[in-house]
Amino acid sequence: MALLSIRNLSVEFATASGSFRAVDAIDVTVDPGDILAIVGESGSGKSVSMLALMGLLPWTATVTADEMRFDGKDLRAMTPRTRRRIIGKDIAMIFQEPMSSLNPCFTVGFQIKEGLKKHLGLDARARHARALELMEMVGIPDPVRRLSAYPHQMSGGMSQRVMIAMAIACRPRLLIADEPTTALDVTIQAQILDLLTALQAETGMALILITHDMGVVAETARRVSVQYAGQKVEEQPVGPLFATPHHPYTSALLAALPERATTRLLPTIPGVVPGQFDRPPGCLFAPRCAFADATCQNTPPPVQPPAKGLVRCHYPLGGPA
Amino acid sequence: MIRYLLARLLTFVPTFLGVTLISFAFIRVLPGDPIIVMAGERGLTEERYAELVTQFGFDKPLPVQFWTYLTGVLQGDLGVSYVTKRPVWDEFFALFPATLELSLCAIVFAIAIGLPAGVIAAVNRGKLFDRALMSTALVGYSMPIFWWALLLIIVFSGNLGWTPVSGRMGLLYFFEPVTGFMLIDSVLSGQSGAFGSAVRHLILPTIVLGTIPLAVIARQTRSAMLEVLSEDYIRTARAKGLSPLRVNGLHALRNAMIPVVTVIGLSVGTLLAGAILTETIFSWPGIGKWMVDSIFRRDYPVVQGGLLLIASMVMVVNLTVDILYGFINPKIRARK
Repeated sequence: MALLSIRNLSVEFATASGSFRAVDAIDVTVDPGDILAIVGESGSGKSVSMLALMGLLPWTATVTADEMRFDGKDLRAMTPRTRRRIIGKDIAMIFQEPMSSLNPCFTVGFQIKEGLKKHLGLDARARHARALELMEMVGIPDPVRRLSAYPHQMSGGMSQRVMIAMAIACRPRLLIADEPTTALDVTIQAQILDLLTALQAETGMALILITHDMGVVAETARRVSVQYAGQKVEEQPVGPLFATPHHPYTSALLAALPERATTRLLPTIPGVVPGQFDRPPGCLFAPRCAFADATCQNTPPPVQPPAKGLVRCHYPLGGPA
Repeated sequence: MIRYLLARLLTFVPTFLGVTLISFAFIRVLPGDPIIVMAGERGLTEERYAELVTQFGFDKPLPVQFWTYLTGVLQGDLGVSYVTKRPVWDEFFALFPATLELSLCAIVFAIAIGLPAGVIAAVNRGKLFDRALMSTALVGYSMPIFWWALLLIIVFSGNLGWTPVSGRMGLLYFFEPVTGFMLIDSVLSGQSGAFGSAVRHLILPTIVLGTIPLAVIARQTRSAMLEVLSEDYIRTARAKGLSPLRVNGLHALRNAMIPVVTVIGLSVGTLLAGAILTETIFSWPGIGKWMVDSIFRRDYPVVQGGLLLIASMVMVVNLTVDILYGFINPKIRARK
């Protein structure tokens, strides 16, 4: 049975100029121990869909879904109080900006131990021992001293390690990492990714990695879901996706990787993601697509069968698979 | 921390000298002659006037007068009231507890209502409670104190008869002041009903004096909370599955307290110095009323000494606020 299964998830934001659909009919399925990467440009609804799962969206957001199950339990039917017993315990999340994600007024130790008390009911001594163990697991040197440090005394990389320690504190079965390395130096990025994959292998938790970095995807993920303008446009295991992308958008993203470039100038995708007011009537990617014709402009594309990577496209690439 | 405190205390010196000079100069700029005022309607002879001028040292040049005053102050001698002939120091400390008691009650009242109201408004931003509270706060802030005080007196003392109109204690009770705080002295006196009387006397002045600080604290708490609630670390706290009470009341409020403590400190300063209207309306025997009376009497030593002591209180309150910042915000603590 799937650990997480979300069907037809949509999120709309009430804005001053009307409602805006940030996530449009997304399906997400994650098995225990799986690593799923969600890839897409800024504004493609990657973070919003996961924040909706966590129940962390502001009140201006309306979340609808046909199904939202974690470990067989229906998240939609739960009271907020019941849901908070799962959030932070079985599903944990780390964020893009580690420096601002820690509360400046409390010590690192306090913030790590908070969840241990709430979800596991450990006493002070057990919390301290577990916090030290976690600090060692995420590779923080001198953990005893670091536990009583304040966030402003730590670097970005250290802060993200603390965030990871906090997230895995209650041994979650699903960890969502929302662009965990975007705000960090390149050398630190690799360390944090290695740490995440090592922890995943060690604990067997499932991992959802939100990123816009195809390099990160190739190194880390097992399955890849590509999102564009709030829709999932393709989903494949990582090898086949890099070998035969079926959606023109995926193909264009891969072509823009420096390692794959054949010309002196890197290929780019012209234009930008459609916003609130310029959503095309047909395929959302049609205005930027090299292969689009009149059908693409006017008719929303169907979702192709799994053999075609579940792509939303009238004319999937890559021939018969 | 000790070094920081010493540095801060050093900055008191120029402020203190400045206040001394200004209070000395101000009262002398005012038209009116203390000797004439003291003499009253009967007036006095030329010879007696000249005698008094020499006695008070008004015949000497102003810089010399200031020097005499300053050297006195530095030795802890604030002079003697022209009117009562009692040392300024003694008068101040006989009256200050009344002002302090009222100010503390007022600020506790303002914090106890303003802080939670601001938090609840911020959490329910844009909803009915938020709008109602913010409009009420605006009304409270803009309302003339004397009108508000009279309104409360008419309703609660006049129509309903629940509270006394003025003073600090009912006429039935009498006891010597020990601490100067009625709430404490009434308990110490052991007279039954005295404490209740002290409380009833405090209610209306507390509400009147606390209204403006209450409005300011509520609005400041709300805006500070709104800013903090959109921070990433609040999302982190919610992602841990913590209850809204813990997220808002601990993670958010702790951060929002920094600007709020500032306005609380400023409010305490103004309350100590500026309870004049409230004290006058409720015949509250505190330093506000004492200062006003002494200005009318051109009682130079009282005005000078009173201003100096009030300014010192405000400086101490400000220092306390700065120390409190360190407890709330570890970043500031580290800088010290």
